Amino acid sequence: MESSKVIHAFYNDDELVLDAVKAVKAEGHHIEEVFCPFPVHGLDKAMGLAPTRLAITAFFYGITGLSFAIWMTNYMMIQDWPQDIGGKPNFSWFTNMPAFVPIMFELTVFFAAHLMVITFYMRSRIWPFKEAENPDPRTTDDHFLMEIPVHNNEAEITALLAKTGAVEINVVDKH
Amino acid sequence: MYQFSGKLKMFSIALIIIGALGIAYGFYSAPSTVEEAKEIIAHQSSHGDDHGATHDEVKKEEHHTDVVKDLHANDHDAKAEVAHGEHHDAAHDEHVFHQLQNKPWAAVYVALFFFLGISLLVLAFYAIQRVAQAGWSVVLFRVMEAITANLVPTSIVMLIVIITAVMHMNHLFPWMAEGTFTPGHENYDAIVDGKSWWMNVPGWAIRSIIYLAIWNAYRFFIRRNSIKEDTANDGGKTYKLNYNVSVGFIFLFMITESMMSWDWIMGLDPHWFSTLFGWYVLASLLVSAVTVIALVTIYLRSKGALPKVNDSHIHDLAKFMFGFSVFWTYLWFSQFMLIWYADIPEETTYFVARFNEYKVPFLAMVVMNFVFPILVLLNSDFKSIPWLVIIGGVVILTGHYVDVFVMIMPGTVGAQWSFGLAELGSLLFFLGIFIYATLSAFAKANPIAKGNPFLEESEHFHYYNIEHRGEGSGDHH
Repeated sequence: MESSKVIHAFYNDDELVLDAVKAVKAEGHHIEEVFCPFPVHGLDKAMGLAPTRLAITAFFYGITGLSFAIWMTNYMMIQDWPQDIGGKPNFSWFTNMPAFVPIMFELTVFFAAHLMVITFYMRSRIWPFKEAENPDPRTTDDHFLMEIPVHNNEAEITALLAKTGAVEINVVDKH
Repeated sequence: MYQFSGKLKMFSIALIIIGALGIAYGFYSAPSTVEEAKEIIAHQSSHGDDHGATHDEVKKEEHHTDVVKDLHANDHDAKAEVAHGEHHDAAHDEHVFHQLQNKPWAAVYVALFFFLGISLLVLAFYAIQRVAQAGWSVVLFRVMEAITANLVPTSIVMLIVIITAVMHMNHLFPWMAEGTFTPGHENYDAIVDGKSWWMNVPGWAIRSIIYLAIWNAYRFFIRRNSIKEDTANDGGKTYKLNYNVSVGFIFLFMITESMMSWDWIMGLDPHWFSTLFGWYVLASLLVSAVTVIALVTIYLRSKGALPKVNDSHIHDLAKFMFGFSVFWTYLWFSQFMLIWYADIPEETTYFVARFNEYKVPFLAMVVMNFVFPILVLLNSDFKSIPWLVIIGGVVILTGHYVDVFVMIMPGTVGAQWSFGLAELGSLLFFLGIFIYATLSAFAKANPIAKGNPFLEESEHFHYYNIEHRGEGSGDHH
């Protein structure tokens, strides 16, 4: 995106920012981003964000882990070297299945948890040494910031935001 | 106020009558002499060549296991069989005769324990909600209280079973047989005799009556005082009293529930013991109890009797159904796997009997109680769709009936089990009692626990995740 202007509106209360988001959406303006120091319940719904699909990915990662565990126990304990260890039946995978359940469970959880976290990092673009994208350090402490792109309607938006209880309204050039 | 319709009342009474007929048929068709038992078995074998042949094979196999496993839990004749090889057939006939005689009793006992346990665990769940000061469940308090009304009739039937057992009118508990504790008697059992400090008829009967008395006393108190709470207006005094009594009940409940599971279920296999059995029974009844709460709530809400219950409450109940299903599986598998892994003969017989003679129900219940709930109730959206919760709930309840069936039947009727008129009749009998007791109790009190300080919170309870499904979030902020 080429250089354009955005409005940064600051709030100092989560209820205020929630109402402001609803008001701005009601006027039909697009909200680029909202920065909060903590999760505000209902904000995603007010902004009209789509529900996350992270849980669905976790389910499939879990199935992957379960399949991996079944393949691994079957290959190692039944196919590759079916040794008699303490009289445990190793004629087929099913006859010795109860002994494999702890591993199957743990690998299911392991795959589901870790791959989901990694998916979250990748989708949210978070990694070590990543440059912070914070427009104002106060938003990590006690302020809420709503960012609205401007398309030659600066005065109109500023007037609207002033009514919603913003404590500070800045128009900034976004690179 | 909810009105218990005359139609439904007739329906529940019809269930009770049909069920009673089924039970009566069970007792009528049970043999009263060894000869009759032989006739029944012969009649079963003559159904067709295929069936007869397989049955004979099974009989031989079962006979063989009986002899090999002198610790066969249900079998008080096993010793006689081993000692007097030449009398095998006679001893076997008598063994089968006792199992057939037990059938109608066991059929009633399975359904009785299932419904008594569910009512008891609804009571315990309710006490937990009070003690935890849960904010979501207050609108469901009257539903839970109504279900616990079923504790009274089931306790009375249980009392009858206890009295008949003490009077030797049934052979449900093999250790109650004559001579078990008399050295030199042909029924003498040194292993069971070693446990006679716990397993003796007077002790068993007194303990059983104490359990029932404690549970019913708490139910009577909390139901009366919960209704009192509606109009008390005494600055929370009644509420605090109910809280304190519930704390005491949970303490007593945990102790009596464990001991009840030893006395009423584990005592059916007196040679076998397991440490986590009390928890296992608890988990099975707890998940059934939460499921019953969910089903009754969905029914009453569909009749318009619970206007303050929203999809979020259903969602929470379904979460408990899901979580406790997994908890049950955890305990079931822990018990099975530890015994399977170590394979100590005196413990393994328990599962050998179940795996050989009850393979289908034994494996089917794992599917119904674990795989099915996992797949149906994992999705957050599904948990707030009533008809999906009903499907999941019916399968869970069926699965846990089978669970109780597999707990009780092998120790009482062994390989002679079947699901026939007596079993179905018992189920319908107690279902009829359940519907009558629950709905008539619900109609007797205000459907909302008005005096509870958490009522406001419960009425506005909202789970954020189901907002996108269209449930109003007007009371969210």
